[in-house]
Amino acid sequence: MGKFEYAPAPESRAVVALRESYGLFIDGDFVPGKDDGVFKTISPATEEVLAEVTEASPADVDRAVSAARRAYEQTWSVMPGRERAKYLFRIARIIQERARELAVLESLDNGKPIRESRDVDIPLAAAHFFYYAGWADKLEHAGFGPDPQPLGVAGQVIPWNFPLLMLAWKIAPALACGNTVVLKPAETTPLTALLFAEICQQADLPPGVVNIITGAGPTGRALVTHPGIDKVAFTGSTEVGKEIARAAGRKKVTLELGGKAANIVFADAPVDQAVEGIVNGIFFNQGHVCCAGSRLLVQESVYDQVLESLRRRLATLRLGDPLDKNTDVGAINSPAQLAKIRELSDSGEAEGAERWSAPCELPVKGFWFPPTVFTGVSPAHRIAREEIFGPVLSVLTFRTPAEAIAKANSTPYGLSAGVWTDKGSRILWMAARLRAGVVWANTFNKFDPTSPFGGYKESGYGREGGRHGLEAYLDV
Amino acid sequence: MNEAEGEPVTTVTIAGPDLRRFLDGLPGVDSVGAEARAAVLASRSIKTTAKRLALDLAISMIDLTTLEGQDTPGKVRAMCAKATHPDPTDPTVPMVAAVCVYPDLAEVAAAEVKGTGIHVASVATGFPSGRASLEVKLADVRSAIAAGADEVDMVIDRGAFLAGKYQLVFDEIAAVHEVCSGKAHLKVILETGELVTLDNVRRASWLAMLAGADFIKTSTGKVSPAATLPVTLVMLEAVRDYRESHGRQVGVKAAGGIRTAKDAIRYLVLVNETVGDDWLDPDWFRLGASSLLNDLLMQRTKLATGRYSGPDYFTLDS
Repeated sequence: MGKFEYAPAPESRAVVALRESYGLFIDGDFVPGKDDGVFKTISPATEEVLAEVTEASPADVDRAVSAARRAYEQTWSVMPGRERAKYLFRIARIIQERARELAVLESLDNGKPIRESRDVDIPLAAAHFFYYAGWADKLEHAGFGPDPQPLGVAGQVIPWNFPLLMLAWKIAPALACGNTVVLKPAETTPLTALLFAEICQQADLPPGVVNIITGAGPTGRALVTHPGIDKVAFTGSTEVGKEIARAAGRKKVTLELGGKAANIVFADAPVDQAVEGIVNGIFFNQGHVCCAGSRLLVQESVYDQVLESLRRRLATLRLGDPLDKNTDVGAINSPAQLAKIRELSDSGEAEGAERWSAPCELPVKGFWFPPTVFTGVSPAHRIAREEIFGPVLSVLTFRTPAEAIAKANSTPYGLSAGVWTDKGSRILWMAARLRAGVVWANTFNKFDPTSPFGGYKESGYGREGGRHGLEAYLDV
Repeated sequence: MNEAEGEPVTTVTIAGPDLRRFLDGLPGVDSVGAEARAAVLASRSIKTTAKRLALDLAISMIDLTTLEGQDTPGKVRAMCAKATHPDPTDPTVPMVAAVCVYPDLAEVAAAEVKGTGIHVASVATGFPSGRASLEVKLADVRSAIAAGADEVDMVIDRGAFLAGKYQLVFDEIAAVHEVCSGKAHLKVILETGELVTLDNVRRASWLAMLAGADFIKTSTGKVSPAATLPVTLVMLEAVRDYRESHGRQVGVKAAGGIRTAKDAIRYLVLVNETVGDDWLDPDWFRLGASSLLNDLLMQRTKLATGRYSGPDYFTLDS
């Protein structure tokens, strides 16, 4: 035990008023489902049941799409942009006002540390609404023609890793452009979306503009294949993304899928910050990040030094209660995800890579996986190719910039990459050759609503964020 | 206490152009990343038992300082009394680590704290600007030691450093170190507010350590900004790396601008999570401050009684 141990500093749960059960948010009201299907959402850190949520049936999806269609035709698409902007600004401000409540609820339902939900997820979600609110009355200046028109009703399916933030990425641009939406949050993290529904009520958003339906895969399938949907937006696994692309027919589709990003550290990198960047790249949000820097490529000449610094740094990570303000690494979101992480990690060992985990005690209840580093990884290993979506880093080496590029690009994915070097010209040379939607230089996992985000190859298509993000919701 | 036991003392062999190449070849510091890391650590929440421990640790690490033109023997005596009994009503409050004064008042301070274990630190070498000849600087150091100082806080020649004359800076530190040798502990003030970039902070830290510093210290307190979290982070990384490569542990002193208990605790968190237990000790980490002590005492009383007392319930520093 160290000299200076931090006492527990839990954020209070009292700020969140959880209901026992939640209906579907359709046409401005919470309504029961047509069937009796319900499911429970739990806290992955304790396995405590948080609430009962309605499983939307195809009939419910139909109701939600009809409500969205009505709102689109009668209200939202004909409302001047500056009026739509007022609602979006109002929603952004309410998110800020209720930030603590949203952060606590997000950490409860998702398992992520409160520091991340408080300092990253919720402020960024508000920022997205503020940013797209600003575009609502300026669409004719966005570069998509003199009078760009909305698409209609958007069916949006979002993942469990950044529940409210992904909701904001989807809903803010859709509404700014004049579309209405039916959104399905992930079945393991529906609660902040349902709280967002309350925020829509609080903001007096016209009924039907935003509809939130909860459920699992079948609900999502019913939504994206519904003939009343004009646009499908999906963030999630590549496997499901491919299925959606096939099922979507003639609908406009944007997909933000998996990744296996290379985080490339050159010998002349600012080493202490590079180590922070590696940690932030793969252990931020327990590695449940599609653009996570899951493949570390280190120049061989500094391999020992970087690995030693990295291990030393990982030993200081604090894993545990997501609601503790000093927690760095929270819980794995679900037993299914934990099983997947374990299976892939075991395959890494079986294929000959060397496994090292940070020394930390795992809580008995809940779903946990220690920050883990694999060395001696060959590009052919599964852990170097497949997305683990967990706190597992695969370390490879390279000798020259060209080799770094070849290794970084040798993946079916292409969502993000990181380059660490003190040499500006090398950053530009690398960025021009990396086939990735985002290239971070001397940083990683930095997000901003003004910056477009999206992938190459199997990481999906379409861009979210920035001016480019408008295109996905305009008829262009 | 400056040499890790059993470790060989390093003899410095790099000099002249090699010294320059070595310092310029140190890995760079990305200031955006360093500031972000410091900001994350500043958001740590230190409560209850951890806070109690941190407040006492911070008190025990203070170099209680007065460095004013209007300093008098009376003021220094009063400050020394405060240093030995920070809270006269509560004997459980630890003493501070040292008192820090100008050389001409070192004698007064030494007489006051004699036998308490509190160190007497004296600034020297033409503090704060360091603009004097080497003879004058060395005479300043000798007079401080003769007056009873067992710690010398010297300033580096920032002008020479910024002009790229690393060897000159090195030689001055080495000369002062020689004068101090066996008699006083040498703290080298980098005055990071004048070095400005974090790359310079890292270079100057290494330069000072290679030249024999027992401690590296952020600031004089006369230049703004004085100590900051990112600067202290980079200095802590430097002493960590230096011990790894040279086998000798060097202390760090953050000085200036640290006024509240909250600030002090942030520095302790920085030490804890950057270099760990080995530096969480008054022998290896110091806080140069004056008004900080009363805020620490106030927070300490609040933690013990659940109530805040007004500043009138705590004695003045002097």
